[in-house]
Amino acid sequence: MNVTIVDYNSGNISSVINSFKEVAQEKVNIEVTSDLNKIKSSDKVVLPGQGSFKSCVDALNTINGLRNTLNEFVIINKKPLLGICVGLQMFADIGYEETQTKGLGWIPGKVLKIDNKKGKYKLPHIGWNQIEIIKDSKIFKDIENKSHMYFVHSYEFVPNDKNVISATTDYSSSIVCSVEKENIFGTQFHPEKSDKFGLKIIHNFINL
Amino acid sequence: MLKNRIIPCLDVKNGRVVKGINFVDLKDAGDPVEQAKIYSDGGADEICFLDITASNENRNIIYDVVEKTSKKCFVPLTVGGGIRNVEDINKLLNCGADKVSINTAAVENSKVVSDSSKKFGSQCIVVAIDAKNNGNKWEVFTHGGRNNSGIDVLEYAKQMEENGAGELLVTSMDRDGTQVGYDIDLMSKISSIVNIPLIASGGVGNLDHLVDGIQLGKASAVLAASIFHYGKYSVREAKEYLDSKGIPVRI
Repeated sequence: MNVTIVDYNSGNISSVINSFKEVAQEKVNIEVTSDLNKIKSSDKVVLPGQGSFKSCVDALNTINGLRNTLNEFVIINKKPLLGICVGLQMFADIGYEETQTKGLGWIPGKVLKIDNKKGKYKLPHIGWNQIEIIKDSKIFKDIENKSHMYFVHSYEFVPNDKNVISATTDYSSSIVCSVEKENIFGTQFHPEKSDKFGLKIIHNFINL
Repeated sequence: MLKNRIIPCLDVKNGRVVKGINFVDLKDAGDPVEQAKIYSDGGADEICFLDITASNENRNIIYDVVEKTSKKCFVPLTVGGGIRNVEDINKLLNCGADKVSINTAAVENSKVVSDSSKKFGSQCIVVAIDAKNNGNKWEVFTHGGRNNSGIDVLEYAKQMEENGAGELLVTSMDRDGTQVGYDIDLMSKISSIVNIPLIASGGVGNLDHLVDGIQLGKASAVLAASIFHYGKYSVREAKEYLDSKGIPVRI
């Protein structure tokens, strides 16, 4: 099996690579590339993303044909994709970080700044927070409710259809931290930095 | 609910872990990769490496240390010390650091902070502030605490937030190595004027100091070295103690 981590200059992806390689060991081939043919032929794709919504979308658009290739992979071929952090946020139609930017539009909704309640809550939301699992998700197999995951973000994905939400976390309000829509999976937290439980989620995705 | 973090800090010199008492008198406390792994297995919420290698020819050793550590530790790794520019940051992130902490370079050229937070995202840019009280106010020190910049710490903290820092790591030089507790006055003042998380550092001697750093100093995270390195307390004991005092921690 081939799992491809999309390398599109979306910031630091070393930890994503290290964690997937740790979980995959020799059994699964982990590719790190922006090569369109390799993405097309892989079984699963990981879409990481750090920095701003705009910078990630811009970086994605810079690579000719990448957007179409990902659309084809996810929407037409219905193969599994995992978006992490801004990788998940880009599923939305639109994001408002820096400026209004169009997302991939796979899951209707928007990406808004977390309401810090007039400074009561520090932003970014950095650190370990518990996830509230509200829907059975394949990537949460053997993950206990209220497990701790590592978060770093100031923006949140607000999907129109609440049925796609698989987990939330509590920070100033109930924030969407995981979604599942058919073959599309996403985590706002960083499984690659969430120790054993994070690695378990990666394991679950690889073994879908 | 977001948990307060406990971050063991490993001072690394020429690829080995050491810890300074008031920045001198260094003792060897082992291999950084192994230590980081022990800490992450023991429940550390993040690991921090501070590279205090002085000579330029040995500066590259840290990249190797970071690379090896990031393949074994799956909690966030922050690396600081000797970072001069965006290229240094790029190299550390590529080796597997999740965040970098910038000290002297941020004072000398705040563009390093704004440029790097734009390029890599503010989530990975920690500005480290070494603060010393002159009787009237706290001043920012650079070069591992050797040079006084004369800059007011409170103004500087605010400015670094505006420049795109994602977190502030504040070390009280008056307290560092003394084991008498964090400078609570300093921590709470900074925390009240910025909207980004503050990591308190310098002076921890017992577990009540960690409690004070969070409850009185309003720190989001507490950083400590000696109390963990020499086995006085384990990270787990620290967390259980914090938990018993009603502080939310990841156990």
